[in-house]
Amino acid sequence: MKSSLTFHKVIVGLLVIYLLIPLVGTFLFSIAGKWDHTILPESYTMDWYIELFQDERFYDAFRRTLFLIVMSVGLSVVIMLPTIFIITVYFSKWEGLLQAAAMLPYGIPPIVGAVGLIKVYSDGPIQIAGTPWILIGAYFITILPFMYQGIRSSLRTINAVQLVDAAELLGATKFQSFRTVVFPNIISGILVSTLLSVALLFSEFAFANLLVGGRFETIQIYLADKLNSSGHLTSAIVITYYSMILLLTGIVLKLTFRNEKNPVVSNKKRILSFFKKQHCNKNTAIEGEK
Amino acid sequence: MKVDGNWFNERTVKPIPKLLENKEEREVLRKIKKQKIYLLALLLPFILFVIGFEIGPLVAMIKNSFYADNGIQVTIDQYITIFKSKFYLQAIQNSLVISLFSAVTSVIIAVIAAYSITKFSQKIQNRLLMIANMTSNFEGIPLSFSFIILLGNNGLFTLLFSKIGGDVFADFNLYSWTGLILVYIYFQIPLAIMLIYPSYQGIKKQWKEASSLLGGSTLSFWLHIGIPVLLPSIVGTFSILFANSMGAYATAYALVGSNYNLLSLQIASLVASDVALKPQLGSAMGVLLAATMIGAMWFNERMMRRIRRDLR
Repeated sequence: MKSSLTFHKVIVGLLVIYLLIPLVGTFLFSIAGKWDHTILPESYTMDWYIELFQDERFYDAFRRTLFLIVMSVGLSVVIMLPTIFIITVYFSKWEGLLQAAAMLPYGIPPIVGAVGLIKVYSDGPIQIAGTPWILIGAYFITILPFMYQGIRSSLRTINAVQLVDAAELLGATKFQSFRTVVFPNIISGILVSTLLSVALLFSEFAFANLLVGGRFETIQIYLADKLNSSGHLTSAIVITYYSMILLLTGIVLKLTFRNEKNPVVSNKKRILSFFKKQHCNKNTAIEGEK
Repeated sequence: MKVDGNWFNERTVKPIPKLLENKEEREVLRKIKKQKIYLLALLLPFILFVIGFEIGPLVAMIKNSFYADNGIQVTIDQYITIFKSKFYLQAIQNSLVISLFSAVTSVIIAVIAAYSITKFSQKIQNRLLMIANMTSNFEGIPLSFSFIILLGNNGLFTLLFSKIGGDVFADFNLYSWTGLILVYIYFQIPLAIMLIYPSYQGIKKQWKEASSLLGGSTLSFWLHIGIPVLLPSIVGTFSILFANSMGAYATAYALVGSNYNLLSLQIASLVASDVALKPQLGSAMGVLLAATMIGAMWFNERMMRRIRRDLR
């Protein structure tokens, strides 16, 4: 038994080393002064980071990426929230259609999507190929599956349909029941898929390169351009960029973890199970009348 | 008289509320209809975005693939060009081979590694999964860069090994098939582990106990119970990984640029490069790539169905 555990330790150890070597290597490279024939760097320096944070181009690229992310994720939340809510609650017969439209981008790689987008927007009435606007549209579609699943599952966990029924029975308007009953309960669920989308768009390169390229330099385009210049500086960019991604996914993990163990949520669940019971009773009463 | 009274009541009293009810009902119906129109109007932005950036471009791509280079004549020449050209066929073949190879290798590694992970305490398991989650975000341009500084022409390991005198790495070239495979496997493994690991939770300890009580060995347990239970998730993971690497663009672009003939790189240079734009041909290749990916998904579903039927 003990020898088999050693076996598993070796496997997992090798795996962790394989997965971490590129990351650790890049990190060391970004703080290394002289490093060409030893296992560890001979000297360390922060020069590369100082150089990076004095680079206007880096800030500009970062700002552009941020602009794209805020626009597309913001648009996605503003559009998808009412859409999914309305379809789930009032037009449930179209749910299949919505799901198909929302999940389709998952199966289409950006490289294929870009071919069609270039075709549609390089001539014709709307010529936005080569501008950031086409990227916002493309990114809206890219994050669609994540936003859809996040919002849909939060609506399902709070039993939105029954909640709205109850609110409307008590005299609330449709907008009121959405704003005061449903919305506060799904914020955290939306937050998770929003952050995931942000992380996803941060590392998006294919659309940015194919649709706009150097005309609107995002952080990824900037990185790709720097690939062939100073390795140390590029490592500093990679590490800075990757720390941001880690921070984002870390928050996501924390949020999902907290939601599962939050007593407030379990309270909410209790209320909802009560609703459910009521709903069942109503059903059985109707069946009894027949 | 009693009958008459009833008759009177029915005739005169009842119709009035009925009329009222109808009127109210009509009012309510009109109100609901009005509200429904408002609600439908709120769906409009979503519909516009989906048509403008999802369905529209896809349809445009498919349509465009059936036009000649001048964009006027309707023909299937583009497809004929692809299937007659050694160069483009090689791109498709290279993409298929790399995707198959990296998907199979990653799935095998992930099946073994995920099993090993389940052997540790819950706390360590969580930590290992976190590492997998962390590294799965390390992909595309940054990942390629990382491999370049480690194993590229002037990479740390390359220099180190040549100084030590190891000839093992003398033939190694990162900017080639082997390099691509290595990088592809790197970004596939964490994903594969995260996809396969949960299905090990489905294998109950009691099953193992029952199997050994009935005289089964560890091998026969895995052969007859363990692997069949895992198989749907293995096949599912495989097709996700396959599709993932078929469509991969950033990693390959950063690593080999245009030095290696891959389907995704060819499409990119046909529709969005500085030289020799051939959007119609690019569209046709895009259709083929999409078809391969849909094929992979279809295969996945068929396999799943077959496996499930066997289980029943």
